[in-house]
Amino acid sequence: MDTLIAQLQRQFRDYTISLYHQGFLDDQFTELKKLQDECSPDFVAEVVTLFFEDCEKLISNMARALDQTGNVDFKLVGSSVHQLKGSSSSVGAKRVKGLCITLKECCDTQNYEGCVRCLQQVDIEYKTLKAKLQDLFNLEQQIVQAGGRIPQVDI
Amino acid sequence: MEVCNCIEPQWPADELLMKYQYISDFFIAIAYFSIPLELIYFVKKSAVFPYRWVLVQFGAFIVLCGATHLINLWTFTTHSRTVALVMTTAKVLTAVVSCATALMLVHIIPDLLSVKTRELFLKNKAAELDREMGLIRTQEETGRHVRMLTHEIRSTLDRHTILKTTLVELGRTLALEECALWMPTRTGLELQLSYTLRHQHPVEYTVPIQLPVINQVFGTSRAVKISPNSPVARLRPVSGKYMLGEVVAVRVPLLHLSNFQINDWPELSTKRYALMVLMLPSDSARQWHVHELELVEVVADQVAVALSHAAILEESMRARDLLMEQNVALDLARREAETAIRARNDFLAVMNHEMRTPMHAIIALSSLLQETELTPEQRLMVETILKSSNLLATLMNDVLDLSRLEDGSLQLELGTFNLHTLFREVLNLIKPIAVVKKLPITLNLAPDLPEFVVGDEKRLMQIILNIVGNAVKFSKQGSISVTALVTKSDTRAADFFVVPTGSHFYLRVKVKDSGAGINPQDIPKLFTKFAQTQSLATRSSGGSGLGLAISKRFVNLMEGNIWIESDGLGKGCTAIFDVKLGISERSNESKQSGIPKVPAIPRHSNFTGLKVLVMDENGVSRMVTKGLLVHLGCEVTTVSSNEECLRVVSHEHKVVFMDVCMPGVENYQIALCIHEKFTKQRHQRPLLVALSGNTDKSTKEKCMSFGLDGVLLKPVSLDNMRDVLSDLLERRVLYEGM
Repeated sequence: MDTLIAQLQRQFRDYTISLYHQGFLDDQFTELKKLQDECSPDFVAEVVTLFFEDCEKLISNMARALDQTGNVDFKLVGSSVHQLKGSSSSVGAKRVKGLCITLKECCDTQNYEGCVRCLQQVDIEYKTLKAKLQDLFNLEQQIVQAGGRIPQVDI
Repeated sequence: MEVCNCIEPQWPADELLMKYQYISDFFIAIAYFSIPLELIYFVKKSAVFPYRWVLVQFGAFIVLCGATHLINLWTFTTHSRTVALVMTTAKVLTAVVSCATALMLVHIIPDLLSVKTRELFLKNKAAELDREMGLIRTQEETGRHVRMLTHEIRSTLDRHTILKTTLVELGRTLALEECALWMPTRTGLELQLSYTLRHQHPVEYTVPIQLPVINQVFGTSRAVKISPNSPVARLRPVSGKYMLGEVVAVRVPLLHLSNFQINDWPELSTKRYALMVLMLPSDSARQWHVHELELVEVVADQVAVALSHAAILEESMRARDLLMEQNVALDLARREAETAIRARNDFLAVMNHEMRTPMHAIIALSSLLQETELTPEQRLMVETILKSSNLLATLMNDVLDLSRLEDGSLQLELGTFNLHTLFREVLNLIKPIAVVKKLPITLNLAPDLPEFVVGDEKRLMQIILNIVGNAVKFSKQGSISVTALVTKSDTRAADFFVVPTGSHFYLRVKVKDSGAGINPQDIPKLFTKFAQTQSLATRSSGGSGLGLAISKRFVNLMEGNIWIESDGLGKGCTAIFDVKLGISERSNESKQSGIPKVPAIPRHSNFTGLKVLVMDENGVSRMVTKGLLVHLGCEVTTVSSNEECLRVVSHEHKVVFMDVCMPGVENYQIALCIHEKFTKQRHQRPLLVALSGNTDKSTKEKCMSFGLDGVLLKPVSLDNMRDVLSDLLERRVLYEGM
């Protein structure tokens, strides 16, 4: 008989695997998970929250820069996207990182249209990831509340 | 009448005569007494008088004579017998002494006379000595003059000054009227008047060198007196009233460096001489003295030496100037060469990227196009495009590779890979072509060939592909066999199958084909760039001719050898190469595909309390890195800027991780600043590790040049970080195995 815990755990496992398979997350996220232990039980959550805050700030900076039509400061955009790329690779947000690379290229070639389009995609992507991770954390909470242990997922 | 014993004088006393006699006797007596006194006085005064005995005798004689005359005074009148007695005694004594003295004088007077002669003799001698001393003094003066002259001559290294000074000083020392120097002309056939002391000569005055008087002077090293009328001595208009002074000429050897042998004095066979002519003042009736001639000869020698020194100096200065010029030119050439190399490298780097990008685009898109629906003509066209672009891409790669290989900037990228799989892949790549040409290929792998090896997989595949490709290209029929085995070092005999000891072994690959074969004479040319064998058959197969050259260089990089053996045209050929590969540790026990990752056992797995500083501008990365290190037990401090890092860093921190992802070198400066901060306490400086987005060669070089101890690729995994920390703490450096 499937207990609630087992069910939740299975759900958790499937969801995590799907996230990896869909390319939302990569190995770096696994590494992050490894760093979570009794000393820092909320490590991943903290990092991820910080990352999303960073995303928001950087994206709004870039949007503002791109809004100055005719006088776009591509250098500012470039440095912001560089930061975002760094952050996303530290966290393991694979798709976001890929989009950042494309955005960087557009920025280097001063392709305004490309930049705008890429930025929109980055925005969508990070919000999607945020939602998904939120769901994942909720699942975790439920498991913990139900008294179970969070399963180790090997990709 | 009383009888008295008185003696009566013979004659009657005549009063006047008596008186005179009386007085004379008196004076005589006084004189006779005073003479010895004088003698004694003067003899006592003089220190030397050899005849004292004679003096005594003489004194006695005189005294007695005086006494006699004194006593005579009493005999003029009647005198007693006593007086007569005394008188008689005195006279007798006097007689004795005078006779003795007379006899003595016979001996003495010759002696005295000879003293006089000796005195004369000594006087003459003294005069002679005086004369000689005068001469010696003159000579010494002369010597002094010579020394001074020499000093003057030697104190300069300038040829003209030397010669001028010589003439001036000689003129002064010897009080000459005129002094001239004749130098040989360039042709050596004439002597040209080069320097004179007093007279200016407006015209270049030459005399032929073959004059007898000149030959006479050149023939001896001594100063020679010559006639004042000879051409070399006639320097000024002859006016009759002068009685020309004597003239002396001496040769001055002009020495060259080449004249000096090591053992002996310069051979005087190939000699050039200058002529020095010295004229005494006219009307002075002076003669040339021997010592003056000697002086002249000595000076001539000194001048010769001084001149040769000057000549040597000139030459060495010239050589030095030449060398400096050459140096400058070489420096310029070197700088130009460096600039050229830099320009070429830049060009290559740019071209590398610029050319490959469109190339890849073309190839990728043409392949994609191939997959779509195409009419046969279109398909043909697309295939041609694909083939051409592939060829072009290969060509570009070859050229770029080769130029990198040439200046040694290419380094092997070592990694672990599966050797057996590599061979199979190569064969798979070649098989389609071989099948088309109906050439069966066989692969023989020796049973002791290790499976997992360490080496440059890509380049090794390139080599094998090239060789096997050539085999296929140049064979029209028959078969191709590829053999791979383990061999010992670089012996060509394949009899040794040695079990690999240590962590390296030599892989030998033999590719035998049965194609056209190669003329043994052409074999050496095969490996040169761009060379192709001339036969028509091979021409049609295209290729740039670079393949073998590149393969050879790769093989050399892998410390190996490559060669081709052929039995002649039409008999096929075998290409053989050896390369050195490392044996992987995880190799031959586990022969499974899908290598399980065996983590290396960390040597230091306990980092508790290790103080670490993390500098990263990006908040998220910073947090992640911190989490990583905290998990490993370190005590982590984080900073977000260079300035903060400098402020916070201390000797307590053992490692500093700094993020250098931002482009530019500002991040690297922090490393230099930290070095500066710890120059006093070197051993307390924390290790500096850069976290970077890429770890290519230029990043590595930059890190090393800024004094960093290592560089890590972001993002770092937990195991990676653990290994890195152990490595760092053990070895204090981390620049390998990335």
